[in-house]
Amino acid sequence: MMNFNFNVAELLFALPELFLLFAISLILLFDLFVSQRLKQFTYYLTQIALLITGFLAFNLIGENATIFSGTFVLDSLGSTFKVFILGFAIIALVYTRHYLKAHELLRNEYFILAMMSILGMMVMVSGHSLLTLYLGLEIMSLSLYALIATARDRASAIEAALKYFVLGAIASGLLLYGMSMIYGISGSLDISQISSFASASTLGSQQTLILNFGLVFLVIGIAFKLGAVPFHMWVPDVYQGSPTSVTMFLSTVPKIAAIALLIRLLIDGLGELQHYWADLFMILAVLSIAIGSLVALTQTNIKRMLAYSTISHIGFVLLGFVTGVVDGYGAAVFYVLAYILMSLAAFGSIIVLNRKGFEADQISDFQGLSKHSPWFALIMLVVMLSMAGVPPFIGFYSKLFILQQVVAEGYVIFAITAVIFAVISAYYYLQIIKTMYFDDVDKEILVSAPLDMKIVLSINGILILVVGLMPSFWMELSVSLF
Amino acid sequence: MDSLLSILIWLPILGAGSVLLIGNNRAQLARWVSAGISVIVFVLSINLFLDFDASTSSMQFVEKASWITQFNIFYHLGVDGISMPLIILTTFSTILVIVAGWEVIKNRVADYMAAFLIMEGLIIGVFSSMDSMLFYVFWESSLIPMLLIIGVWGGQNRVYASIKFFLYTFLGSVFMLVSLIYMYNLSGSFAISEMYTLPLTMAQQSWIFWAFFLAFAVKVPMFPVHTWLPDAHVQAPTGGSVILAAIMLKMGGYGFFRFSLPITPDASSSFATVVIVLSLIAIVYIGFVALVQKDMKKLIAYSSISHMGFVTLGVFALFSIMKMGSNGELISISGASIESAYLGLEGAMVQMISHGFISAAMFLVVGVLYDRLHSREISTYGGVVNSMPKFTGFAVLFAMANAGLPGTSGFVGEFMVILGALQANFWFAFLASMTLIIGAAYTLWMVKRVFWGEITNPEVSTLNDINSREFGILAILAIAVLWMGLYPQPVIEVMHASIVNLLEQALTTKLPVLL
Repeated sequence: MMNFNFNVAELLFALPELFLLFAISLILLFDLFVSQRLKQFTYYLTQIALLITGFLAFNLIGENATIFSGTFVLDSLGSTFKVFILGFAIIALVYTRHYLKAHELLRNEYFILAMMSILGMMVMVSGHSLLTLYLGLEIMSLSLYALIATARDRASAIEAALKYFVLGAIASGLLLYGMSMIYGISGSLDISQISSFASASTLGSQQTLILNFGLVFLVIGIAFKLGAVPFHMWVPDVYQGSPTSVTMFLSTVPKIAAIALLIRLLIDGLGELQHYWADLFMILAVLSIAIGSLVALTQTNIKRMLAYSTISHIGFVLLGFVTGVVDGYGAAVFYVLAYILMSLAAFGSIIVLNRKGFEADQISDFQGLSKHSPWFALIMLVVMLSMAGVPPFIGFYSKLFILQQVVAEGYVIFAITAVIFAVISAYYYLQIIKTMYFDDVDKEILVSAPLDMKIVLSINGILILVVGLMPSFWMELSVSLF
Repeated sequence: MDSLLSILIWLPILGAGSVLLIGNNRAQLARWVSAGISVIVFVLSINLFLDFDASTSSMQFVEKASWITQFNIFYHLGVDGISMPLIILTTFSTILVIVAGWEVIKNRVADYMAAFLIMEGLIIGVFSSMDSMLFYVFWESSLIPMLLIIGVWGGQNRVYASIKFFLYTFLGSVFMLVSLIYMYNLSGSFAISEMYTLPLTMAQQSWIFWAFFLAFAVKVPMFPVHTWLPDAHVQAPTGGSVILAAIMLKMGGYGFFRFSLPITPDASSSFATVVIVLSLIAIVYIGFVALVQKDMKKLIAYSSISHMGFVTLGVFALFSIMKMGSNGELISISGASIESAYLGLEGAMVQMISHGFISAAMFLVVGVLYDRLHSREISTYGGVVNSMPKFTGFAVLFAMANAGLPGTSGFVGEFMVILGALQANFWFAFLASMTLIIGAAYTLWMVKRVFWGEITNPEVSTLNDINSREFGILAILAIAVLWMGLYPQPVIEVMHASIVNLLEQALTTKLPVLL
């Protein structure tokens, strides 16, 4: 029987989440009651709130605690993930504001919803019971569905929101079904108790069967959320239909939370069954890399192309988990962080081209960029080469780390498959470079983004190179989380 | 100077940054700054030659700093007699292309100059890396400036050519990456010297050999993976062609010296015949292909492939000449002296450097004509000698060198390789020496059609002879070609100790000892 006792001191360990919740409520009220003129401050308040939350989370790095009767865990993995979630979200919101302004979508609910989904992610990252994890997942997902629909006069956005909602609900259902199996057989929602149940030597074959049965549903649910093939069908449609700012948000920060969900459920909880789920991941990973690389080749819409590119990157991440060793998990986390950094810069480069009445979402919209804005063309060049895995950018080192782990565990054939598809995917990244640099079209491109966005995007682009030249620290950090 | 190699790598790259900051609008300043940087780098690189100790095969000018600690990757630089001449060739060629693009490039001048400077730094990095992952990083990133040079400043079909170039070479090198990782997992180090001493079974060596082979053969390029080169050359601007032919192709040859032979000696030995056959096909068949080309650049591109066949032939012929005796002494297979094995390897090196000069010169010659009439078709020209006598003098000299006339650098390398190959197998040498006929045929026939004869195209009669800038570039190259042809001794001397060492490594089995 679970024992609910409450200790006020425990609240300190959940301070970032509590602060963010408090800030969300406050900003919501602020936005409701102030005059039109003051409403623009909602954005700044949001950024400040996220910054403080990030600072609080940063301060908790190094603390280890399991609180709220074991439903909420604070460890270095959780705190570090939270810092990254908040940091990336702050960058994303800088880009977002320019996009929303350019398309007259700037409504302050957007920021509230974004913060709400971030809160969900933070709960997910620290979830230590099936319930908390699911709760976090739903807080995140519901806010994301609503975020897409904030562009309420765009049919494509409504369609995307609905599609995401329906498929997301199916994924949640599958995940819940799996959780119920696990709960049913192990008799506990607590991750560590599930773990000790799964590793008990007295497990009967019947119990193992049910555990594996639940495991399959967990894997499917996670694969859905990550967008791994064959559960990827929603990704291109949702990416294309959503307003670009939401696409950027979807393709970046929630991935950290999804990886956290994976780590909590499959490594912390069912690590004993690693060889079972690794077999499933193997198929998901290879299919994702292959389909993501091949289908992206024919896309003309850059958001859709990036959707397929995300799928193939997720395949690489899953390869890291296939290895089943700490360094492999670290490689996967490093890959996710590197991917998000690149993805942010990619969507940032798209958003920077948006201006009043002009939605840049076709690859051809990049034509002539190298003439009119050589700096942002250079950033996009760096991002695309980095995504293709060309050194000396960060994308190369993340692939190197994964490949090294994959080869070390004896899966040379996967490494070879992965690099072949990496070469194939280089083709569509080169298409963007070709469009920016080689096409001889004299098209006027106005970069009307505000200064803050330009600065953040520049730093983002430079980071891709700098972390690429000095990846040691980030690699060490990623491995130290496990 | 302790960090000479680092300076040689980073000065051009940082210099390129400043050129980019100068911007395309101040083109003249960008030109002078780039030229200044390239000259400084060249002068500094001369120090490598002057301070080089030719008596040892060990690495010199060594720098080592830890870089990626997780993987034991070091920022580890050094040169030996094999890489040092190639670095000087790189710094030399970069001056040429920057000066050659002086007035010709009018579009995005600063970007153009910066791209070549960045490439210079990266390629010097390739030749001086002692850590295989550092090598790989430089190796791959050198594709980026070349991609842009072909794609931005290239001809009509530049998009196709640049993407083909990139994907071809990228596909070749990813397998090298996998095999480097594989060896890292065996030895725990990415250091090239660790890989030299790593015992590998025949199966492992074979896989690694072919992975390396794919990477290097695409770069050289060898038949049948050469098809990207004619496209890239034809579409690239003159400067791009020069760097591509003079230096980038050498990266492939260098890879065989630095990686394939010492790391997979047993596999290299057992697959040597395959490589030699491919080299001979390149020398003979591609020579015939060159004969029928209508486009001058294409002709020279095919002639490059044919000449680079000598490099791979010279390298892999050694396995038919020498073998390692049971007591660790070198034994000749067919009664040849050990000198003939050196001849092959040193001939391959000389051929690489000589080809660097000659192909650069040939592409510049075509560039001079192209700048005037905007045509690379042989049929556009005819009787150029009438309006451009000085230019024709240079062009004929370089054509003779390309055909392998004694007294020019083209002769030395090819002759050394043929002599080496003769000790290996009479037919290798026989087929290789066919090039002296075929090469003369395609080069001289082109000279005849372009420079001699009656003027058929009225525009040809209006051509202005070369200006002093063009004269200067071609004169320097002419001196280099003749110097290498008449007195190659200094170059051979600096590489000798390293070649001796390489030969021993290549003939020492790395198969694990069975207990």
